Amino acid sequence: MISKHLKSALLGVAMLGVAATGQAQNEQFIPMAGYWVGPFAAGGSGIYGGFIDYLNMINARDGGVNGVKLTYEKCEHEYNNARGVECYERLKKKGPTGASVFHTLSTGITYSILDKATADKIPLITIGYGRTDTSDGRVFPYVFPLVTNYWSQNTAKIKFIGSREGGMDKLKGKKIVNIYHDSAYGKETIPVLDAQAKTYGFTVTHIPVPTPGNEQGAQWLQVRQIKPDWVILRGWGVMNPTALKAAAKVGFPRDHIVGVWWSGAEEDTIPAGDAAKGYIAAGFNVAGANFPVVQEIKKAVYAKGKGEMEDQARIGSIYYNRGVVHGIITVEAIRTAQAKYGNKPLTPEQVRWGIENLNITEARLKDLGAAGFMQALKVSCADHEGGGAVKFQQWDGKQWKVITDWIQPDKQLVRGMIEASAAAYAKEKNITPRDCSKEG
Amino acid sequence: MNWQFFVEVLVSGLLAGIMYSLVALGFVLIYKASGVFNFAQGAMVFFAALTFVSLVERGMNFWIAVVVTLAVMVVVGIAIERLVLRPLVNQPQITLFMATIGLTFVLEGLAQLLWGSQPHGLELGIPDVPIQWLADNANINISQFDVFAGLIAGALVAGLAVFFQTTRIGRALRAVADDHQAALAVGIPLRQIWAIVWAVAGFVALVAGLMWGARNGVQFALTFIALKALPVLILGGFESVAGAIVGGLIIGASEKLAEVYLGPYVGGGIESWFPYVLALAFLLIRPEGLFGERRIERV
Repeated sequence: MISKHLKSALLGVAMLGVAATGQAQNEQFIPMAGYWVGPFAAGGSGIYGGFIDYLNMINARDGGVNGVKLTYEKCEHEYNNARGVECYERLKKKGPTGASVFHTLSTGITYSILDKATADKIPLITIGYGRTDTSDGRVFPYVFPLVTNYWSQNTAKIKFIGSREGGMDKLKGKKIVNIYHDSAYGKETIPVLDAQAKTYGFTVTHIPVPTPGNEQGAQWLQVRQIKPDWVILRGWGVMNPTALKAAAKVGFPRDHIVGVWWSGAEEDTIPAGDAAKGYIAAGFNVAGANFPVVQEIKKAVYAKGKGEMEDQARIGSIYYNRGVVHGIITVEAIRTAQAKYGNKPLTPEQVRWGIENLNITEARLKDLGAAGFMQALKVSCADHEGGGAVKFQQWDGKQWKVITDWIQPDKQLVRGMIEASAAAYAKEKNITPRDCSKEG
Repeated sequence: MNWQFFVEVLVSGLLAGIMYSLVALGFVLIYKASGVFNFAQGAMVFFAALTFVSLVERGMNFWIAVVVTLAVMVVVGIAIERLVLRPLVNQPQITLFMATIGLTFVLEGLAQLLWGSQPHGLELGIPDVPIQWLADNANINISQFDVFAGLIAGALVAGLAVFFQTTRIGRALRAVADDHQAALAVGIPLRQIWAIVWAVAGFVALVAGLMWGARNGVQFALTFIALKALPVLILGGFESVAGAIVGGLIIGASEKLAEVYLGPYVGGGIESWFPYVLALAFLLIRPEGLFGERRIERV
């Protein structure tokens, strides 16, 4: 009798195991390598909060992507390169088909695993960060600096400054100071700014700020001496509020400081208090919790007592919404790949194809509840950026207000520089660029 | 040479140096009393500032929040003495130093666990803007807040000097600092003294946290300001309150002058490592620092 019960129980457990395995086989695994603690936790927790909430909303509302459940696992790297590489190695083979894509949320880590990911044939998505010349998909088939890269953003910034001055021709003779984080990320835009200075006849002075940037007295005294017309702020973390406070200290007007999107979140302005009022920053997504996509997350996730954000006031913030953009793009890439390979868990190589053939139109954005939330995106074999436009927003003391429509980059200049840089990389690494006319 | 600009850079550096001194003071206090180099001082600054600002944001009155945070820091100080230092009495100093490294991670994690990882603004009511009179009459920009910070640091040093020189506990602290065994032999309660000194270091951490938090916002990066205090300590001496102030002034002024006048020739961004080079050079000449006690050992 006991034996019969034991057999039944064992059979039951075995059946459960088979069912669980069957269920597990219908999953698409997405690694979440980021930072929830440490100096940059505000950015990491906000972005991955929005990203994970979006995936959970798709699972809860739609039952996954065409029936394939989205799964994820977090890995804390604290924005540390060595730990980022460790996260990559730990997570790349998880899930039934391995890591679908890999997001690092760090330019440094992207540089560190770029060759590894290419060798492992795992696509890297670097939205708004990473190595700019990876936009040339012929040389970097597995890297996607989607939406807009740093060089595009900088040319849009100069266009914005030009519009404020009354036209691009009015830039001649103007003085711009580029205050940058003294790191690979900070230095990324020096070449494009120099090129634009030559084109438009303005002078640009590059002033580095040693990491972490919690003391900038010397840099802003130099700004005071140079007396620039505009300052470009390329900061990260504590460097941003410190810069705004230091600008106030030397009396530089905040409405003539234009920040990169990593200097343009609530976390950058609130700690600076009144010193941040009037400050302008670029962005590839906007703030606000009233977008239908954010409301859907609230309904499908938070209304059921779940959700990543402990502080729900952060839902709809710049970083949170940027995470939702990460979610939309990742899910739409999987959906695109499913249309070709079938509604099943896909290999990283298949997802790579999905990213490369991604076409998120305005109509699709409307369907997703994200019209005006982000720009339309069309990726191709040659163009791994897909968008390039930037909106500018201004801090009014309480919230970010969008002050421009999408401003297009100087595509001719940026593309030329990207191709030249990618060609140099290809030569150095002995890579034969793909012939995109032969890609299906 | 634009002398007006030179003066501006120099004064700005001196005032920045005062801010470093505020952090260095916490290190000095604990080193004086126990010979422990407290690596966790930066984490204590972060913990204190985050606790204070979180209480204020939850509606607590400013001064009540100061008192409550001070109480929390005293409890933290006593807990450190009980749970970390007491079990390690008579262990080599390197063991105690390693324990404070572990303590750093515990405090950083605990602060974020309790209050979250979001940066916060902190207003002390002193605007961080130039003194208008100086700007108008001498075209020199000196921040009101930096001057205020200088006065606070001065008051803190004066207070600590009086505490060390004139009070019974202060004299006991100095005795413990000179020789643990001898202090114990004459009946000074070593454990009680250590608890007091950690509590006082907690108070100094709160003051430093408030000043730095008002300057840059209260966020995790406050822990990094400890790195700014290290060259100050090397230069000024690990055991001297006055040394922390003088060291801070020298480091602050020299790093700013170096950044502005040498930086452009070497690519800029040198103020993070220049103070360490200066401190290293100083070590070669006077290993015990400007005000440190010269040790003579029989070999």
